[in-house]
Amino acid sequence: MAWDSTTVARFKKQYGSGLRESSTYLGQNYMVVDSTIANEVLQILHDEEAFDYCVDLTAVHYPQREKQFDLLWILYSFERNERLRIKTMIADGESFPSSTSIWATTDWLEREVFDMFGIKFDGHPDLKRILLPEDWQGHPLRKDYGIIQQDEQWVKINLGIESGQ
Amino acid sequence: MTDPKAYLSHLELGEKDETFLDSNELIINMGPQHPATHGVLRVVLKLDGEKVLGAECVIGYLHRGVEKIAENRTYTMFNPYVDRMDYVAAVSNGLGYCEAVEKLLNIEAPARAKYIRVILTELNRLTSHQLWLGTHALDIGAMTPLFYTFRDREEILKIFEKYCGARLTTHAFRIGGCQYETYDGFERDVKKFIDEVPPKIDEYEELLTTNRIWVERTQGVGKISAADCKALGVTGPVLRASGVKWDLRKAQPYAAYSDFDFEIPTGVNGDTYDRYLVRMEEMRQSLRIIRQAVERIPEGPIMAKVPKVIKPPVGEIYHSIEAPKGELGYFIVSDGSTQPYRVRVRPPSFVNLQALDLMVRGQLVADVIAVIGTLDIVLGEVDR
Repeated sequence: MAWDSTTVARFKKQYGSGLRESSTYLGQNYMVVDSTIANEVLQILHDEEAFDYCVDLTAVHYPQREKQFDLLWILYSFERNERLRIKTMIADGESFPSSTSIWATTDWLEREVFDMFGIKFDGHPDLKRILLPEDWQGHPLRKDYGIIQQDEQWVKINLGIESGQ
Repeated sequence: MTDPKAYLSHLELGEKDETFLDSNELIINMGPQHPATHGVLRVVLKLDGEKVLGAECVIGYLHRGVEKIAENRTYTMFNPYVDRMDYVAAVSNGLGYCEAVEKLLNIEAPARAKYIRVILTELNRLTSHQLWLGTHALDIGAMTPLFYTFRDREEILKIFEKYCGARLTTHAFRIGGCQYETYDGFERDVKKFIDEVPPKIDEYEELLTTNRIWVERTQGVGKISAADCKALGVTGPVLRASGVKWDLRKAQPYAAYSDFDFEIPTGVNGDTYDRYLVRMEEMRQSLRIIRQAVERIPEGPIMAKVPKVIKPPVGEIYHSIEAPKGELGYFIVSDGSTQPYRVRVRPPSFVNLQALDLMVRGQLVADVIAVIGTLDIVLGEVDR
């Protein structure tokens, strides 16, 4: 269902077709924006639209698509008591500007997305794995990473056993 | 990687105190096997004598890949897994997940199920806060509160056990409602408990609130401002202790919370002492909610009409609840099949832990223990 508000109208005016979609699904609003303007949109939402709390940042992998990754920010405004999701699509190997200067909380969240999907964030102060060991191979939340794969190479080298299962 | 120096690459270090002794800065590891880190948390500390110049958390020791598991299970099969994240507040985890899937299916749990959910979730909030108080006080050096809180926590766990057979990882709720009707005497047990527990909470307070050692160890320790909390995404009692009156139960009510009267306690200074006071008051407010819920619990079915095979339509949903630690959110993507395409858990502990570095800078090593305790993290949820 299409969603319209002053916020949406503003971005429509400013970016035209850069704002791909603005919808409501099950009462939740989201915008799909072009990856080239996504960072600017986030900055404006924080500075001028009072979305001062970045609840979560995550990604979804669609291997069959040309632009394989959905990158998602879930935002909240204390002032307006309103939630908003911003979604953009990026290709495999493409990096995205870090939003650590907008919301400090994205520091660890970006590290987790990097750890799990291998998406790089330009300008992140210290982009490295967060949950997995530094020398882990591959990024587990990609769809091509099998669940029983469990990085057999790592298990073999470090634990001296054939399989982690 | 074993060299702790490698983890300190990006810590900006503050101005070094000029003292007449030429002291060297020291880098030490705290944890991962340290009783005061409440699990397997490793903190790399940069110290100038006793003063902390910076801290970096090394996490992931308890990582089980919950989100990957979810993609390979059906919606129903994944339900018990969420209990294993924040294992001291398993009921809250289950509530968040069940409600998220219900939203995705566009169904609603019946009123009676919602009330049962509220009662159990609030009881669980009490157990979580009691466990926090006991261990936090123990870390700081007060041993008695641990025995008091565990004694009273036991009573709640007994109610859980009678209700669903499990004490910690309860798996109390199902998608669409609750599996079990309340047992005979459930209301009586709960009422008895909420009648008996208020003087016991006063007892905890008597031990600590005006205790000089407690006050000295907590007041002004680990201060964080409301602006910093918002920037760092810190939620729950930590945010409220900094003076922000924000609770998802009021801001965006879920389950049956809009039916009940309760206050959101807030602090002023945002220090460890205020966070302690906020949590103490939250326990009393939880009791208030339970009392209203148990007195007004409606009759009726406990399960909504849910298809045998759960296949939500294609779409995405984000649903979050106020867990004892803060905002616990689930982002679920459905591709129309029986298994979720992606489940993302937004854990409050993970995000709150990020504030540790800011909160301990300039403090003493002993205060790091107090701050880890006051953040109330559960490593099962940090690492997932």
